[in-house]
Amino acid sequence: MTLDLFEKFDATLDSFNQLPQGDLNPFTVKMDEVLSPTEAIINGRKTILAGTNNYMGMTYNEECMEAAENALRNFGTGTTGSRVLNGTYYGHKHLEETLKDFYDADHAIVFSTGYQANLGVIATLAGPKDYVVIDADSHASIYDGCAMGNATVVRFTHNDPENLEKRLARIRKKDPEAGILVVIEGVYSMLGDQAPIKELAEASKKHNASVLVDEAHSIGVFGKTGRGVAQEQGVEHLVDFIVGTFSKSVGTVGGYCVSNHPKFEVLRLVCRPYVFTASLPPSVVASATKALELIKDSNLRVKLLENSMRLNKGLADAGFEMGTTGESPIAAIIIDTQERAIAYWQRMMQEGVYVNLAVPPATPNGLNLMRCSLSAAHSFEQIDYMLEKFIAVGKELGVLG
Amino acid sequence: MTLSTNEIFDQICDIMQPFNQKSVDIKQETTFATDLELDSLSVMDMLAAIEDHFDVTVPLNILPDLETVGQVAEAIKNILDE
Repeated sequence: MTLDLFEKFDATLDSFNQLPQGDLNPFTVKMDEVLSPTEAIINGRKTILAGTNNYMGMTYNEECMEAAENALRNFGTGTTGSRVLNGTYYGHKHLEETLKDFYDADHAIVFSTGYQANLGVIATLAGPKDYVVIDADSHASIYDGCAMGNATVVRFTHNDPENLEKRLARIRKKDPEAGILVVIEGVYSMLGDQAPIKELAEASKKHNASVLVDEAHSIGVFGKTGRGVAQEQGVEHLVDFIVGTFSKSVGTVGGYCVSNHPKFEVLRLVCRPYVFTASLPPSVVASATKALELIKDSNLRVKLLENSMRLNKGLADAGFEMGTTGESPIAAIIIDTQERAIAYWQRMMQEGVYVNLAVPPATPNGLNLMRCSLSAAHSFEQIDYMLEKFIAVGKELGVLG
Repeated sequence: MTLSTNEIFDQICDIMQPFNQKSVDIKQETTFATDLELDSLSVMDMLAAIEDHFDVTVPLNILPDLETVGQVAEAIKNILDE
């Protein structure tokens, strides 16, 4: 009797099978039509999209769509090649130039996804004799970058500069010459909290460690010209590498890393997730470039944070236990059990509001969340509708007293 | 002064008391997940406390191999002896 390779997933499959199947399963929901950045037809019903990370509403921006259409007509549907072979077109270089301008940085490299950007940069920069020191609440792509590389991986307590410093001091005492890469995120996606980059980066510099900030959820959202939390906090000079994604504020797909390190470009030769994958389609690259130009001069982030504050404040005033404060585009309420969170999610869908069911291990501290990510494209009417439904379902399910 | 594995084990048991909410009698073969019913977050907090107590770095890379309290004591012994 041969061992079934899938046996190890039985527990996962069992718990998945306990969820209602079909239309109201949070992991198999399908959007039949997408009407705008904030509305889709799901299960035959017009539904407000309240959890898509489409912070700027760029997916339907006229200028971005026009740029994508032109690129599609002029360069075709795909590159069918890696960046280092036949997959570098005019558009890819232009996008990298745009990124350098956007960040005022010497170098920029574009990856095919944000996940691959973290995977590639972390796994490649930190070699066998080096250390990667990561925040305990890091995104899966950061953990996977660590797992793919050969460095020694050390975790520090979430957003705790003192705890980081202690760990760096210990590494230095044992290994004065080792390369150290400290990895943090500008905004943590589940609870929307910002990293205290200044304190974390100063602790890192004290022990001669390099600092990488993942601005996936903060590009476009924070900073005077939308560069992210490092710009917002005025600490870009303390950051060595910025990683980000085009799949949220930029409204398409792809990832990037920017840096002023003089040898940065060598990554194009040694970074396997960059070398051994097909490059982004020309239409994607064109819309990302246009979106970055728009984000730089946009005041959409003001509207976005107004929207977020409106929902966060409304939920807090209604008496929900909040996971977020409204200072980022995330609004999340804490639900006591996973069963109730699933029921909540289903009732919100029936009421025409799509939110994120966020449960461990995707969440910190074992929390069950109803998570929303706001968009600058949401109207106040849509937000008030979400709020009304949140309160009605909360009362119905006994989440609100 | 070098600590023996048994001394390390005893000290770890002391550090673990706040995390041992079910008041399990901790032995070498006691497991974190099954016997102590600790979630991954508590395991991490506990390991941080152990790191700070012995002033050592326990790399994330070796965590999958550490299922029992005895194995952690052994790992700390190895790290201290390095």
